[in-house]
Amino acid sequence: MSTATDTVNTNPDSHGHDSHDDHHHHIPKGLMRWVLTTNHKDIGTLYLWFAFIMFLVGGAMAMVIRAELFQPGLQIVEPNFFNQMTTVHGLIMVFGAVMPAFTGLANWLIPMMIGAPDMALPRMNNWSFWILPFAFLILLSSLFVEGGGPAFGWTFYAPLSTTYSGDSTALFVFSVHIMGISSIMGAINVIVTIFNMRAPGMTYMKMPLFVWTWLITAFLLIAVMPVLAGVVTMVLTDKYFGTSFFDAAGGGDPVLFQHIFWFFGHPEVYIMILPAFGIISQIVPTFSRKKLFGYASMVYATASIALLSFIVWAHHMFTTGMPVFAEMFFMIATMIIAVPTGVKVFNWVATMWRGSISFEIPMLFAIAFIILFTIGGLSGLMLAITPVDFQYHDTYFVVAHFHYVLVTGAVFSIMAAVYYWLPKWTGRMFDITLAKWHFWCSLISVNVLFFPMHFVGLAGMPRRIPDYALQFADFNKWISVGGFAFGLSQLIFLALVIKACRKKGEKVSSQVWEGAEGLEWEIPSPAPYHTFDTPPTVK
Amino acid sequence: MSDKQMQTEEQTSKAIEGQPKSSASEPKHGKTVAKLLFVVVGMFGFGFALVPLYEVFCEITGINGKTNDEAAVYVPIDVDTSRTITVDFITRTNTGMPWEFEAQTKRVEVNPGEMAQVSFYVKNPASRDIIAQAIPSVTPGTAALYVNKTECFCFKHQPLKAGDEAVMPMTFYIDPQLPDNISFFTLQYTLYDITANADASEVVAMSNAPNIINANN
Repeated sequence: MSTATDTVNTNPDSHGHDSHDDHHHHIPKGLMRWVLTTNHKDIGTLYLWFAFIMFLVGGAMAMVIRAELFQPGLQIVEPNFFNQMTTVHGLIMVFGAVMPAFTGLANWLIPMMIGAPDMALPRMNNWSFWILPFAFLILLSSLFVEGGGPAFGWTFYAPLSTTYSGDSTALFVFSVHIMGISSIMGAINVIVTIFNMRAPGMTYMKMPLFVWTWLITAFLLIAVMPVLAGVVTMVLTDKYFGTSFFDAAGGGDPVLFQHIFWFFGHPEVYIMILPAFGIISQIVPTFSRKKLFGYASMVYATASIALLSFIVWAHHMFTTGMPVFAEMFFMIATMIIAVPTGVKVFNWVATMWRGSISFEIPMLFAIAFIILFTIGGLSGLMLAITPVDFQYHDTYFVVAHFHYVLVTGAVFSIMAAVYYWLPKWTGRMFDITLAKWHFWCSLISVNVLFFPMHFVGLAGMPRRIPDYALQFADFNKWISVGGFAFGLSQLIFLALVIKACRKKGEKVSSQVWEGAEGLEWEIPSPAPYHTFDTPPTVK
Repeated sequence: MSDKQMQTEEQTSKAIEGQPKSSASEPKHGKTVAKLLFVVVGMFGFGFALVPLYEVFCEITGINGKTNDEAAVYVPIDVDTSRTITVDFITRTNTGMPWEFEAQTKRVEVNPGEMAQVSFYVKNPASRDIIAQAIPSVTPGTAALYVNKTECFCFKHQPLKAGDEAVMPMTFYIDPQLPDNISFFTLQYTLYDITANADASEVVAMSNAPNIINANN
């Protein structure tokens, strides 16, 4: 297949008329190829590497947190630095690791899945990636200014982020602005690509579920990222320009901050999980050798989760003193989300039912996702119950919940996706032995890490505190050991990906996996630099 | 080599021959982008619109316990002697606010429609002049809608020179429409130091005023 690629590369002159169109020129070499690229595959690769680096940086911060919490008392870091670690760990993992990883997968896969030659707006695509490293450079550099970086939690509640924050808050606000702009541009690109560039015959209800879930995610992004931009702007003006959006003394209301933030924040958590649903819906049918059970219901379930996500935000705020009728409304609305989510889990299990399942690495991650994400979903249901939330609120139970849905949910799905499509990207099978080590080490350590958090949370250990009562010592030791093991396991993944990128390993066919279906499996492996210049016809 | 691969190779080579790319789709992209940008700008505006919306919503429903920040005009109404409402007064100062602040009357029992006056004592023990703003909060919040204040120190800024003290009055009556299930509520005042945000003229006026000790305001 490499011949086809070579031909493309060495014949730029055969179409000299399209000087406006640099897609067909040879692949530029060196650093400038990556800086100037408008190719969706290059940009996808950039996003994925960036996300991986941020995952390791944010992970290193988690190691600092777990090292401090290994024993009760203060051993390693100052409380203020501990708070900076929890804050920046959260921000980096949400905005730097999970979201860019999904955007990277979208860039690589959506054009190949719908038979488009590239993303609709390639130059904007380049911009939306390249402003991202600067956003995180600003955020990380804020840790080194006098007084330290943001220490108010990733949720930056007022007045912590206004009255009581350090001088670095402006840096935090600007970096969040840049991240928001990047996400919005990425989302617009995804929507325009899916709306306008599907191959003939690729109707909406024939689109692969990864494309569907990303389309819905992109709409969530353009709906709520501007609200985030608004609320950080209000924090900025409250802190530096004397406005009183959240300052009671000037007629504002600090609770208003939480309403606006969570109006963004709750759809945001679905932004981080809907593409994961799409990935699992691609992988499970392949290795079950069956069609996905209930395709249409999957699409409708995704759309209903997205719509419901706009009316549940105040379940994060049960303890702010809401009237009972509001608590009832948000409790019930939240619980209703369990219905479409349940439909999805049911459909995955039904897809596997009586399938001829084989347990390749992506399938291992997908099955782990289904089980562990469901645990996270169920603890979410417990948190939705208003009266008991008063006990769980701001404890490690919440930390356990959102790490189950984000780490064993979103992050596991991203790893599953990388294992699933990596052979398509590199043309070689990755090192399966290393991958098995990565999977089993991650699976065991992640549960040692997060499962005991449920217990210490129920027993009342508060989150975001560098010290704890002595009775939590044993559990915390185990949690930290699990944390270090999970962190180290990711270095196996790093080694594996580097090895794969160096073109080690057996060559793979274009279909790669026996049961794989879809347009991306019909192009050669590795995927040529340009694909579907002539759209395929979908029957 | 599978059929599928052959097919794809054909497509690729077709493209090499210089298949003109449809630039006709570009304006279509422009239209979609414009619509999406409209949503983005709209949602940015909506984020800010939530501020007044929240305020209006709270004013109508009273769920955040804020009382009216303008003086009510007392219209003589029938006092509902059939029930008595207990009102507790709590005071606190915001972090960093050095004033002493105390309710001289901790609790009153009034009939709805009956006027009541209570007073609050403040002292500025700091070595600098401070302008304060008091913010009321009623629990349960729904009672806030039925508290009518004809006079309150919370309606305006309260300047106090270093070392000065004062007694600040508050007059109110409870609307007889107060729901039957409420027979007791708490009115809390929090004092904020707003000297840094106050107008320069206010600060000047405060520093020029003569020192008053034990004034009954």
